[in-house]
Parts: sequence; structure tokens; C-alpha cells
Amino acid sequence: MEFFERFAVPHPSPAIYASMVAIVLVTVGIIVGLTYFKLWGYLWREWLTTVDHKKIAIMYLISAIAMLFRGGVDAIMMRAQLAQPENTLLDAQHYNEIFTTHGLVMIIFMAMPFIMAFMNLLVPLQIGARDVAFPRLNALSFWLFFVGAMLLNISFVIGGSPDAGWTSYFPLAGNEFSESVGTNYYMFALQISGLGTLITGINFITTILLFRAPGMTLMKMPMFTWSALTANVIIVFAFPVLTIALLMGTMDRLFMTNFFTTTNGGMDMLWANFFWVWGHPEVYILILPAFGIYSEIIATFSQRNLYGHKSMVASMVIISLLSFLVWTHHFFTMGQGALTNSIFSITTMAIAVPTGVKIFNWLFTLWKGKITISTPMLYTLLFIPIFTIGGVTGVMLGMSAADYQYHNTMFLVAHFHMVIIPGVVFAMLAGLHYYWPKFFNFMLNDKLGKIEAWVISMSTLLAFMPMFFSGLDGQARRMYTYSESTGFTIYNMISFVGAIGLASGFVLLVYNVYHSTRYATRNIPSDPWNARSLEWATHTPIPEYNFAIVPTVDSTEAFWDAKENGHVLYREPYTKIHMPNNSGMPFILGCIFFVWGFSFVFALWIPVLISTIGIFACLIHRSLEKDHGRYIEVEEIKKIEQAAGARR
Amino acid sequence: MLKKPILFASFLMSFIMLAGCEPLLVLDPKGPQAQTQAKDIILSIGIMSAIVFIVFIILAYMVYKYRASKQPADYKPPHIEGNLLVELICVGIPVLIVIYLSFVSVDSNNKVENPPEEYANEEPLVIYASTSNWKWHFSYPEQNIETVNYLYIPAERPLEFKLYSYGPITSFWIPQLGGQKYAMADMVNTLHLAASQPGEYMGRNANFNGKGFAENTFDVTAVSQEEFDEWVNEVHSNAEPLTEVKFEELLEPGHVGRSTFTGTHLTFLPPPEHNHGGSEEQNEHETHE
Repeated sequence: MEFFERFAVPHPSPAIYASMVAIVLVTVGIIVGLTYFKLWGYLWREWLTTVDHKKIAIMYLISAIAMLFRGGVDAIMMRAQLAQPENTLLDAQHYNEIFTTHGLVMIIFMAMPFIMAFMNLLVPLQIGARDVAFPRLNALSFWLFFVGAMLLNISFVIGGSPDAGWTSYFPLAGNEFSESVGTNYYMFALQISGLGTLITGINFITTILLFRAPGMTLMKMPMFTWSALTANVIIVFAFPVLTIALLMGTMDRLFMTNFFTTTNGGMDMLWANFFWVWGHPEVYILILPAFGIYSEIIATFSQRNLYGHKSMVASMVIISLLSFLVWTHHFFTMGQGALTNSIFSITTMAIAVPTGVKIFNWLFTLWKGKITISTPMLYTLLFIPIFTIGGVTGVMLGMSAADYQYHNTMFLVAHFHMVIIPGVVFAMLAGLHYYWPKFFNFMLNDKLGKIEAWVISMSTLLAFMPMFFSGLDGQARRMYTYSESTGFTIYNMISFVGAIGLASGFVLLVYNVYHSTRYATRNIPSDPWNARSLEWATHTPIPEYNFAIVPTVDSTEAFWDAKENGHVLYREPYTKIHMPNNSGMPFILGCIFFVWGFSFVFALWIPVLISTIGIFACLIHRSLEKDHGRYIEVEEIKKIEQAAGARR
Repeated sequence: MLKKPILFASFLMSFIMLAGCEPLLVLDPKGPQAQTQAKDIILSIGIMSAIVFIVFIILAYMVYKYRASKQPADYKPPHIEGNLLVELICVGIPVLIVIYLSFVSVDSNNKVENPPEEYANEEPLVIYASTSNWKWHFSYPEQNIETVNYLYIPAERPLEFKLYSYGPITSFWIPQLGGQKYAMADMVNTLHLAASQPGEYMGRNANFNGKGFAENTFDVTAVSQEEFDEWVNEVHSNAEPLTEVKFEELLEPGHVGRSTFTGTHLTFLPPPEHNHGGSEEQNEHETHE
């Protein structure tokens, strides 16, 4: 395609023009608002340059929720298109772009930052640390993720969204069949945010291994920290594969190499292998921290310790190992023969065993407990049955001979939504309600929260159960339309109703946030749920340094034992605390990466060159910089602690 | 709290009921391979429903029995680390189920990867099925016939499909005759199917390949061997020969209707030869030919 054609608006449709106008208006609105209220300085000092893990967590959280709505709008458009046979709401090209970006946004730019938000907030608090090991790298991770998300999000107004599916199988994603710059956006959005994720992985492994409070052996770590550790180990092993695959794909698209082409010795199956060697562990990167959150919640609201702490840890470690041994089940139908399929069929089904152990451990945590049902607990209790349905259909899909029939059908779509929505999204929403006081220093409304949980969970069933049937009836995924004679109409209509239900559940969440922000009491205790682990041992709001005195830990539930069994958490006297300085560098580096990615997408080589020099200049500047942070003196700590104590 | 299990039980019931009443394509097999797969699916639905049911029951019991409102205010839940016996059961039973399903799965894999046993004495009909955006080309080398977007097949005779693509990865799928397999540009995949009775079946590409994906379908007509032979004769007397120019034209992206030719494109444009670590069975075939 010609250079200027690549800049052209992809769909001359009113929806795209409306989005363009909306984006411009919102941007102008934000700029005018910030100027009017003189907030630029505040924004720069408190947020853009922050290296505080708690503030980075909030930025991840807000981005994740924004992306949830963006991906949600895509979902509604898809379900609306399919609600009627021969519908003309969307054309084929538009539909292809929407399902591609829906998948990308939901996995990479919604679920990932959501778990990053919780990891950032909780891991240092749960292990009694003052920050992560590399605070500035942590900020850089966030900005790289954010830049990736923004690159993908401008694609639909400048140049066109990726349209080859979120898996972007070659040769379909190659130049020959995907002419627009959409797939270039895909490559760079994933590459840049993936780099950020890899940095996070290294950062958090280091933090967890080196920054634990005295006495906290690995087996005394709270379950969420364990889940974060396993997830980050998976990140460090899986993401480099994605990095290389994307690099090879980029080379194919921009420099005419032949890694994945159909000519000159390229192998399209190679992309599928690379993609899923990363892609399958990726789902466990998402789900293990979610399991961690459920474990915290179910113990707190049963007022009991987590049943089978050791087997919980063991099952997570086994899951993380198995996650690398099953990728071929994503292409049982690629013709690798009965032997290979049999091996991967067995490894796939084997994952059901450790996952089952976790389900039963949660059930037995309820045993002899004293169960109170608040919003987080309600989400957790609803998660168990719905996730079980999703999980057992996974075992069904794992039987490779039968998978020949499920493959690429709505049955598969039903399975992974029934796993990821209750598994990850419910966990994030449960965690959101549970940890809201730690994020924002007030509580969300519990009654609204419960309505929300029921609406969202029942709508999930309504939206995705019919897909099991339409899949078995021969509806392939990613079809933008179908004829009435196929008989798919009824299933898709029910799904559409479910999708509307889900959307209203999320709107209710927004209303809850609005309502609680306005009316909820502010002066809340630091441990409102009578919880069990160290993140509740700090004040609310959490001081910059988290713990004035680093706690000493003797058991898996240090805070609970401190409250109930006379365990002493704080044994040292006050000493001055070392904290890192804020830095604008991660944000600036993020901005340069944005220019770099955008220029690469359109093959604008001069800006690519300049921004590459800029990136290295930043790195060199950082290496030569002498910044040893600062100290908070004992006097100041005492003042802060007294004020926090008085508030209670 | 009782509402929940009832709700889920009703979902489960409707799942089973619907699966029983409506003839969902995959569960309405018309060939031995699809039969094997349908059996596996029904078996696994049964076992999995039992597991789901057990989880529902335990959950409902726990939530009902141990809710705070039912207990004395001073009740303090005990600290329970775990129980070896309980954990052995929780690991042991799933392990047994997985082992059982593994045996079933391995057995079925061998069945669907090989020619159907039911028709072991019959000589298979070899059909080359290739795709280009967004159509299907079917070559019958033995009969020296090529069709576009429709298949004519004899019932009660094994079929050996040779799958490949002139472009993106596609997936050849006739749900009622058996599961799908990918057609790719750089290797030929073999799929063994058979129809046990005459009839009209739906076939489609199941793997996304761009704009025209939704309409990337074909019709399958299974007839008796005599009728099939008649059809072959008819084609030979009526159809135009397939020329290289005509085939190049067909390869252009777009939708076309059904068409029939004498001769196949295999003579002037042979299928890809690579075999990137394909199945043993396939290697064998290549050495035979």
C-alpha cells in the first residue's frame, strides 16, 4: 500500500468518526481541566514521576478498568452483530478488527494490568517490605505497558486495527493477506508492553526472594505472594518467547524476511508454536494471582486459616511447570499425528488435578468456618461453581480426538470465557471490593456490590452457556454472520442478552464507585474485614514507607496471630527509613517508546532513528546519574505514626 | 443461599436435556470417525457433570452449614492445617479420572488418525482438498475430476482427504462425518473420514482466514457407489476441462459458486511436498507413492 493510504481512516463509518471526535474532545477536556484547576504540577509530582508501588498500583487499576470498558464495548458490538442472522450492523472487516482487538485488549491490556495492580499493591505489603526491589524499573514497567495500550488504542482511528485475530496466525498476518498497518500495531503494542511485563517479572521475583520480613520463610509467605511468585517465574520464562516471535513477525512484515511466510522456506506453524509456548503459560500468569486473591478472601470471610496451605503451594508450582508442557493442545488439528496429540492430551488433562486440589481446598476452608457473605466473598462463592463448569469443559477439550470437533468453534469460546471471567475477572472484582480501602481509604457499598456480583455472574452463564450448544451445532468462532437455516439464532440471541446483562453489571460497578465516593464514611479502621495477613497491619491510608518498623513474622498468618494469639509484630525501635526519589525518567522513556513504536508501525525511519537514540540516551543518563534516594528521619516517622494512630 | 445450587442444577439439567433432544450436528454423527468423537464427548459430559454436581453439593452444604448467622457469637473456627486422607482422596480420584480419560483419548486418537476400521476392506477414495481465499478446490485424481465448493462422495467407503492451502491456514471440517484438520501452504495433511449413509452434510472452513471467512463453506453430498459412478460419468461428458489459466483465475481472492471440471490442478500445480515432522502414517504414505 501507498504511504498515505496507510494513514487513511480504515472505516469510513460514523462510529469511527464519532470515536475520533470523542477522543479529541476528551483530550481537550483533560488539558483544559488540568490547566483550569492548576493540576499539572500535582499530576507531575504525585503521579507521572512516582516510584511508589501503591500509586503505580492505582495507575494500573485505572488503566485496567478503562480497558475493561473498551474491550467490553467491542464485545457488545460483536454480540449485537450476531444476535440476528444476516445482520448488517458491522461488515466483515469491521467485525474482524473488533474481535481481534477485543481479545488483545482483554488479555493484554485489561487482565494483565489488573493483576499487576494487585501485585504492586499487595506483594510489598504482604511480605513486610517498604517497596519493590527496583522502584524506578517498576515505574518504567507501568509506562511501557501504558504506551503499548495507547498504541493499540489509537490504531482504530489512525491506520486501522489489527484484523488477523488475537493469535495473528501467519501467513494471514503477513503482508500478503494483511495489508494495512493493523498487524504492525499488534507487533509493537505487544512488544513494548511485553517488555514492561518482563521487567515486572524480574523485579517481583527479586522483591519476593530478597525483601521478605525477618522470619518469613518461603513456606510462611501468604498465598497471594506465593501466587505472584509463581506467576512472575512463568513471566520470566514465557515472555522472552513472545519477544522473539514478535521480532521475527515484525521482520517479516517490515524487512521482508521469510520466517513465517509460505514461500522461501518460511514455516507458518512456527508462529503458532511460538505464540502458544508463550500464550498458554500466559493464561496461568493471569489465573494464579487470581487464585491467590480468592485464597485470601475465602480465609478471611470463613474466619479460618486456608485449608492445605502446603498443597496449595505445591499445586501452584505443579501448574506453573505443566503450563509449559501443553501448548500443542491449541493446534491438535495441525496434523502432528496420534502420538504427539496423545502426549499433549494427557499433559493437558493432568492440569485438572492440581486445579481440582485448589477447588477442594477452598471448599474445605469453608468447613467448620464462620462464613459471612460480603461482596468479595459472594464473588468467590459464585466463582467456584461457574469456574468448575469452565474447568471441566477444559478437560473435555483436552481429549484430542474430541477436540477435532470442538476446535475453533463456539464451544472453545464458551470454555475460555467460562474460565477467564469467573477465574480472573471475578477475582479482580472481588479483590477490588476487598482491597478498595487499601487503595482509596474508604469502602465500597456492600449492598450494591452484591447486586453487581449476582448480575455479573448470572449474565456470564447466560452469555456463555449457549455457546457450548452452538459450538456442538457447528458454529465456528469468528464468523461475522450466519444464515437463518443454520439454527444458531436462538443461541446467539440468548448470548446477546447475557452480554447486555454483563454490561449492566459493570455499569453498576461504576455507579457503586460513584455512590461510595460520595457517601461512604472516610474515617475507617485499617483492618475493616478482620483479615489475616500483613497488608492489613499497616495504617489506612498507608504511609509512604508502608511499615514504620519492619514486622517480625512467625507464622503463615502473622497479623491474625498478632491479633488473636499475642504474637508481637513490631520488635525493633524506630530507625530512619531509606526511600527512593521520584523520577521523571520512566515517564519520559515511555513517551519516547511511544514515538518509537508509532514510527515503526508506519516505517518512518528517521523518527525511528531519533527515538532509538533517545532511548539509549535515557539509559546512559540513568547509568551516570548519582541518586541514592533519601531518608525519612525518626522524628518525622513518629509524627506520621501519631497522626495515623489518632485517626483511628 | 439455597437459590444458587438450585439455579445451577437447573442449568445443568437444561444442558443435558438440550443435548438429548436437539440433534446438535456434532452429536448427530453420520460416519464412524464422528461416531467415535461423539461417544467421547457424551462420555466426558457424563463424567464432568458428575464432578460439577459434587462440587455444587459440597459448596451448598458448606455455605449452608457454616454460615455465621447460624452459629453462636463466641464460636471460634479451629485452625486446621490439612488432612492426609482428605488430600489423598482429592488428588487420587481426579488422577484416576484423568488416567481413564487418557486411555479413552489415546484409543480415540488412533481411531480418528487412521482409516476407519469399519471399512478396512474397501479401497479409500483419495480427494485432494485445497483452499484459496475463500473457496474450496476438490481434486479427484482417480476420477480425473475437480469441483469447487462442493463434494460428491460415495457412502460406506473410506475417504482419504489430502489437505493443503494456497494462502492462510484453513481448517477442513464436516461436523457430521468427523472432526477437522488444518490445511496449510507448506505441508499436506491427511484426514480419514467416511459417511455411513447417503445424505447432505454441511462442510466449512473452521479456521479464520480473513474477510470472506463466514461464507467459506461447501456442500457435501453422500450417495451410493453406483450414483457416484454415474455422477463421474456425467461430469466427464458435460464439464469443461480445467485449464491452468482458469485455475489461476480461481485462485484470486473472492467468492465463487459451485463449478465442476474434468482434469485436476494436480497435473500442473502439484501439492506442497514438505512434511514438517508430520505423522508417521503420513510418512509411510509418501514412501508408498
